[in-house]
Amino acid sequence: MWGLDFSSVDWNEIGVATLDTLKMLGASAVFTFILGLPIGIVLFMASRSTTGWVRAAYAVISFIVNILRSVPFIILIVALIPVTKAIVGVTFGVLGTIPPLVIAAAPFFARLVETSLREVDRGVIEAAHSMGASTWQVITRVLLPEARPGLLAGITITVVTLVSYTAMSGMVGGGGLGDLAIRYGYYRYESTVMIISVIFMIVLVQLLQMAGDRLVRHFTRK
Amino acid sequence: MIELKQLTKRYGQGAKATEALSGLNLSIHKGEIFGVIGHSGAGKSTLIRCMNLLERPTSGEVWVGGVNLTGLSKQRLQNERRKIGMIFQHFNLLSSATVYDNIAFPLRLARKGKAEVEAKVNELLALVGLEAHRNKYPAQLSGGQKQRVGIARALASDPQVLLCDEATSALDPQTTDSILKLLLDINQRFNLTIVLITHEMHVIQSICDRVAVIHQGGIVEEGAVTDVFLKPQHPVTKDFVRGEQSQGEPLELAVQASGTGSPQAVKITFLGSKTYESILSRTVRETGADFAILQGTISTIKDTPYGQLIVRFEGGREQIDATLAKLSEQGLDVEVMN
Repeated sequence: MWGLDFSSVDWNEIGVATLDTLKMLGASAVFTFILGLPIGIVLFMASRSTTGWVRAAYAVISFIVNILRSVPFIILIVALIPVTKAIVGVTFGVLGTIPPLVIAAAPFFARLVETSLREVDRGVIEAAHSMGASTWQVITRVLLPEARPGLLAGITITVVTLVSYTAMSGMVGGGGLGDLAIRYGYYRYESTVMIISVIFMIVLVQLLQMAGDRLVRHFTRK
Repeated sequence: MIELKQLTKRYGQGAKATEALSGLNLSIHKGEIFGVIGHSGAGKSTLIRCMNLLERPTSGEVWVGGVNLTGLSKQRLQNERRKIGMIFQHFNLLSSATVYDNIAFPLRLARKGKAEVEAKVNELLALVGLEAHRNKYPAQLSGGQKQRVGIARALASDPQVLLCDEATSALDPQTTDSILKLLLDINQRFNLTIVLITHEMHVIQSICDRVAVIHQGGIVEEGAVTDVFLKPQHPVTKDFVRGEQSQGEPLELAVQASGTGSPQAVKITFLGSKTYESILSRTVRETGADFAILQGTISTIKDTPYGQLIVRFEGGREQIDATLAKLSEQGLDVEVMN
């Protein structure tokens, strides 16, 4: 079919690569969330402040976030090699890919968090203040629950972005489906494996997006 | 209960600064329903938001229940705010929480136990008549129901004061009346002090005991609603009162149509039980004067009946003077208009 030869495909290798991709995705998504959520909250709270030093801190954090978001991921991986080595000890394979993935995706996710917190009705925040809520209570009991659909949509977008990032990391020996596609398709002209890898990634993105949309719908009350 | 001293609020700095409140003083007593009325931009919203320091005044003091809020630490202020309930024009309910959870919200902020929360919320649901809607989300409720949730939530922490920021302005007339009735009921049942701001004289007339008229950041008139409503002094107040009373043709036209020759258009104000007595007809029978009613209102201010008639008397000079004197003697307020 279309000149593709499925008999020579090593399905075992594809299975391992799929698993690697899922591992990278899972681990980097968790750390991106853990890192990006607080940064997003800090960005949001600082952007509303009228205190001088808080506004200065906002400008600094915002600047760093923008830098990390504007550097192409492929360059970021290379630039972060010493950092990656310091954190996980290796710079290639599944483990070596996770730190650059997180460092690239966390600022992106933080911005999405900031944006969805901005969508929360100011009046509700004010009402909570009028009832004597502390800043921490406003964050945990008002902002996060009220922004939940937006946050879930942000997580979905981030994870889907991470799928394409894991593929890019294949260029520098990152492992996973992207690595497979590049090694076979690009270097060895074996398009069959490349096409299978790409199809697997398309299916993965579709499933993630569907799951995300479903969660968003489930938690939307408006 | 609430004491505002030399309250000033300035927005912006330097030449561009605008003053929303300028050295305003106000004193609100325990257990009364106090209304603040003003046009938009008069500073009334800033005023009520200063009462729980949602808006921090530039200078001046805010005393609530004997505590100077302006001097408190953040932590102490949070504690004091739990004793001040507030409801809003746009309700400001948590859209992600059910009716039950919205009402429970302030109790959970104060870390009350589960059983206590449950008991209190059930009691409040009954008070505002929303037992059947406890598991609904705000988006599934009507405006009036949302405000009832807002009221229940504001009452959950047993406040000493309830602040109402244009609480009925987003509601239709019938719903407004039912919410006002609920507020009056709460005021009487719990002796709760209520402060409300509004731009509708109707709201003031329905439930307030005292009223202050705010204009350009200051109070221009203040007093019992019956006094302010029936004998407004300041032009802004007169504006509000006229807006509420003149249904139908404007007074000026009526006076003109009655003939320029006769000068005696007289405004007679009845208050309390006198409203329903036959004072006017008895008096003219005695003096022999005749009268034509040019305009009239018989209504109530809160629970006090009142009547205000504009009449033109006919007859001899002495007859008319005698009539006016006799009406005054019997406790009616008589004002000759020009």
